[in-house]
Amino acid sequence: MTTLIKLYGAPVSTCTARVMTCLHEKAVDFALVPVDLFSCEHKQPPFLAKNPFGQIPVLEDGDLTLFESRAMTAYVAEKFKEAGTDLIRHHDLKEAALVKVWIEVESQQFHPAIAPIVYEYFVAPIQGKSPDQGVIDANLEKLSKVLDVYEAKLSSAKYLAGDFYSLADLHHLPYTYYFMKTPCASIISERAHVKAWWEDISSRPAFKKVSEGMNFGEK
Amino acid sequence: MVVKVYGPAYASPKRVIVCLIEKQIEFETVPVDLVKGENKNPEYLKLQPFGSLPVIQDGDFTLYESRAIIRYYAEKYKSQGTTDLLGRTIEERGLVEQWLEVEAHNFHPPIYQMTTQILFFAKRGLPADENLIKESEEKLGKVLDVYEERLSKSKYLAGDFFSLADLSHLPFTQYLVGPMEKEYMIRDRKHVSAWWDDISNRPSWKKVLELY
Repeated sequence: MTTLIKLYGAPVSTCTARVMTCLHEKAVDFALVPVDLFSCEHKQPPFLAKNPFGQIPVLEDGDLTLFESRAMTAYVAEKFKEAGTDLIRHHDLKEAALVKVWIEVESQQFHPAIAPIVYEYFVAPIQGKSPDQGVIDANLEKLSKVLDVYEAKLSSAKYLAGDFYSLADLHHLPYTYYFMKTPCASIISERAHVKAWWEDISSRPAFKKVSEGMNFGEK
Repeated sequence: MVVKVYGPAYASPKRVIVCLIEKQIEFETVPVDLVKGENKNPEYLKLQPFGSLPVIQDGDFTLYESRAIIRYYAEKYKSQGTTDLLGRTIEERGLVEQWLEVEAHNFHPPIYQMTTQILFFAKRGLPADENLIKESEEKLGKVLDVYEERLSKSKYLAGDFFSLADLSHLPFTQYLVGPMEKEYMIRDRKHVSAWWDDISNRPSWKKVLELY
């Protein structure tokens, strides 16, 4: 008998969205347990016992507790590898390796450039600060260089790891979704292959279900 | 066919090399000089379009991103060398992935800033950003406090077994206790200190330090 997976987080949160999208792609049932970010529930002792780094989301599967969204997606994709969409290409060691490469590229090259921009436009205003143009400009330059590599890659393959949708593409969804709502969206839309790739991956039903809840900062 | 690893003088390639030694996989190295900007040469960019180190070539198969490379080899040669680097069950694998992500997203960013400022800038006589060093050290300290708590209940990060998660911390922590002269950050924390002594005295890591 399998227990129901519990995901502690918030529908507006990028990292929670990353895990929910993966669960939907794998057709895995789960319960979203809301964590109140505005009262800093995630920084207080009962939650810190689940994630000592005080970050959402947290996943509970029976007596296994996990934090770090990309560890959760890796776990879900592995545990349920025969169900839903094949996100990790486990039947082919080389394809699986290429998925790992582009998962790391998102983590190490893409994320550090896009996250500060999303932060400046969405989180800083909530804290009463105006977006820091210096931070935005510096990271836009980095992100543009990364997207040039993506543009070249996506001109010879439909998705990042090859001609198949994978966890590597999925990991890009939440931050890019918010990024496309900022004045900087043109750096995606002016690159033809990146644009086409974005339109494809963001219109997948699993993500559309999740993006409906991603209304951070909207009234 | 011997695996070729580019850039052995630097930290991230050492993450790969120590894993290959643990798995008893034969390899050879190709030097890449960052000071001369060899990572921006067109021939290098053909292999690694972001200009980062390392990249590996295994026959005609090219892979980059050190944390992808170690996962690939740990999986491909699961039953060779040190066998439970990814854990023994799916649940243990989940915990290994968790602490690999913690290393990538919580540990690495501040220690990488400190490495760049202290080792590349200051030691080359370029102006270092003292504020950034101080802030990064504070952030790293908070992360190590969480590690201290974790390691007081668990011998290694993911459980009672040495895994890729522990291995991934070797190269930059070596910089911290060595050339960055911040060994106190490890020694001031009893369980982190014991864990560091354990993992850094593994024959594989001692071999890396001997060779490169």
